[in-house]
Amino acid sequence: MTKITFPVEASHIMMFARAVGDSNPVYHDAAAAKDTGIIAPPSFAQAVAQFDPDYFLRPKPNEKWFGSAKGPTGIDTKPTSSGGLHAEQHYEYHRHIRPGDVLTVETKPGKTWEKESKRAGKLTFRERVTEYRDQNGELVITARGVGVTTERPVDQG
Amino acid sequence: MALKASALKAGDSHSERVVENLSRTQIVQYAGASGDYNPLHSDEVYTTQVAGYPSVFAHGMLTMGLTGKMLTNYVGDGTLTKFGVRFTNQVWPGDTLDSKATVTAVREEGGQHYVDLTLSTTNQDGKEVVAGSATARIDP
Repeated sequence: MTKITFPVEASHIMMFARAVGDSNPVYHDAAAAKDTGIIAPPSFAQAVAQFDPDYFLRPKPNEKWFGSAKGPTGIDTKPTSSGGLHAEQHYEYHRHIRPGDVLTVETKPGKTWEKESKRAGKLTFRERVTEYRDQNGELVITARGVGVTTERPVDQG
Repeated sequence: MALKASALKAGDSHSERVVENLSRTQIVQYAGASGDYNPLHSDEVYTTQVAGYPSVFAHGMLTMGLTGKMLTNYVGDGTLTKFGVRFTNQVWPGDTLDSKATVTAVREEGGQHYVDLTLSTTNQDGKEVVAGSATARIDP
């Protein structure tokens, strides 16, 4: 897979911390964060999606989008399943991300497995392993995500 | 104020209410910050009429982020070495979530002290939405 360049900015870290309801000053206030300096919240690495030019869960100009507009979906055919859901996410921190880091992010596919579920039919799990390296080539975060596609929407009963 | 190995034992725990009455707007805020604009999280028309869910629902990663807030409030800033979760149930607008970290081990490795934790985030009905584990560096 291609490598993505993820420049880390203080304003992006602040927005992300706000979105997870975390007002800890270590995520936005350099004076208050004097022990560590400003760092990113532990799940911030996921925001690399902003820098993936082909990320399929972001609408793009002049491309059909599967969300609603005039009709309930902007594409002609109904998606073949309810779409992917996130099943697991694991991070190993070699250090924490800081503003000014320019990360190089590379994702490799991992294992794939299937499971039968009463609530959603056949489940297909796909693992992805992502390495985040800094401007010096040092490993910052190793991430392992597992996505699942379901045969039908998850029953809430 | 980092945790101290000398003052910690297996079974110790910390819990926090991490969100009360989760708003659709906070879910949109997370979409904007993370870059994940999946309409399942913000587009009620698509989600109910096409995807077949009762309403939009939160990104799993928003629930991980909320769980992470409890976790870093407990273990301190910049001390986490591992943090992993499984998303066990969906989180919906209006949900109120409580997150808990429980110490499973306090140990020393190569002169550095660590705490191992299990994590659980539950909704207002007591249903677990996130199950996980974490490790952090602590003081002696």
